[in-house]
Amino acid sequence: MSNVFIALQKNEETRSIVNAIVADNPGAIVNEQPAMVKIDVPDRLVIKKSTVEEEMGRDFDLQELHINLITLTGHIDETDDEFVLSWAH
Amino acid sequence: MQIDLRTVSITPLRQTYQHIADRQGGDKAASRYIEATMDVQAKDNFHYRPTWDPAHELFDATRTGIVMKDWYALKDPRQLYYGTYTQARARMQETAEADFDFVETRGLADKYDDAARRTALDFYVPLRHVAWGANMNGAYQCAYGYGTAITQPCLYASMDQLGIAQYLSRLGLLLGNPGDLEAAKHAWLEAPAWQGLRRMVEDSWVVKDWFELFVAQNVVLDGLLFPLAYKEADTALSDKAGPTVSMLTRFQTEWFADACKWVDAVVKTTAAESAGNQQLLSKWYADWRARAIEALGPVAGIALGDGAPAALERCTAALDARMSKSGLAV
Repeated sequence: MSNVFIALQKNEETRSIVNAIVADNPGAIVNEQPAMVKIDVPDRLVIKKSTVEEEMGRDFDLQELHINLITLTGHIDETDDEFVLSWAH
Repeated sequence: MQIDLRTVSITPLRQTYQHIADRQGGDKAASRYIEATMDVQAKDNFHYRPTWDPAHELFDATRTGIVMKDWYALKDPRQLYYGTYTQARARMQETAEADFDFVETRGLADKYDDAARRTALDFYVPLRHVAWGANMNGAYQCAYGYGTAITQPCLYASMDQLGIAQYLSRLGLLLGNPGDLEAAKHAWLEAPAWQGLRRMVEDSWVVKDWFELFVAQNVVLDGLLFPLAYKEADTALSDKAGPTVSMLTRFQTEWFADACKWVDAVVKTTAAESAGNQQLLSKWYADWRARAIEALGPVAGIALGDGAPAALERCTAALDARMSKSGLAV
């Protein structure tokens, strides 16, 4: 049991992504820092394309995440619909 | 000498405006769309009623039969406010310009099949008058509607329709010549095939209830005409003569897909508010749907010949499915 986290730049775009993460990960701990948002979740963090799209009101390619990404921990499992961080092999 | 680098975190005193915080239940950051939309409608301090309509306030929610507890419930899922709207359209316009440029520089219009060219000119160019009518209607909805959440996208749709009218004019000039625009106007005013649609468009201009006009224009007429013109007719032309016209009408195709998201959301929220709303919307939908099908029949014939009835039926079925999913009794 340990946390995974993702840190994103703080801007209009990531506000929607952070909202989506909070909606899909009940255990998320949001840590707002100057110009950066870091989100910790125990075990597993999921970012769902559909939720982000709803928040943003436009189509979203999960690859766009990387434009605003600062750093992350965990093994990455990435599909067209979901971006998952976890320690599972 | 030693230099210390350190960050100073300054926490803002508040994350958003008070009226936004009241709406979303707590002081947290709100999207630019929400901040630029919620409670923007002017409602206080109008001392006199307009002389041209003393029965209503200047901005009055009772100009329509639709009743909403909160008109700001009609949010636009595309979250368009002036900034995002202009950016989104600039992107679409860039693509459209590139398409027109491509067709022009490669001489695709000159190589285009002559029979298909005739069909395209006869069918698409008169539609610019329909688009202009839609431009008028969008402006009316914006002027007499209530609540920025709905009036704002109505005006955007209105401006988009003006752009569509211009793209259709340019299609006419590229495939034909200025004479073809004149001929299309003449067809719009005189040719029997267009008179049903012309009557429907002109009748829509005098609809008093702005929400009924929204149903007539944005739901029904756009909902049937765009799939008919830019999917059915476009496919038929591409099959015969290649995708030149598809490139020249790309803006319309993309715009309709975009607009549907908004129109469906508005209908869904309004219908879900009360049984009264749902019945009124369903009635308007049935009334205008019948008129539009009748009006579009002969017009579809110009582009699709014998295939017209089947194509129109497919478009109608698709619109019925959209609206019943949005909660109307179809």
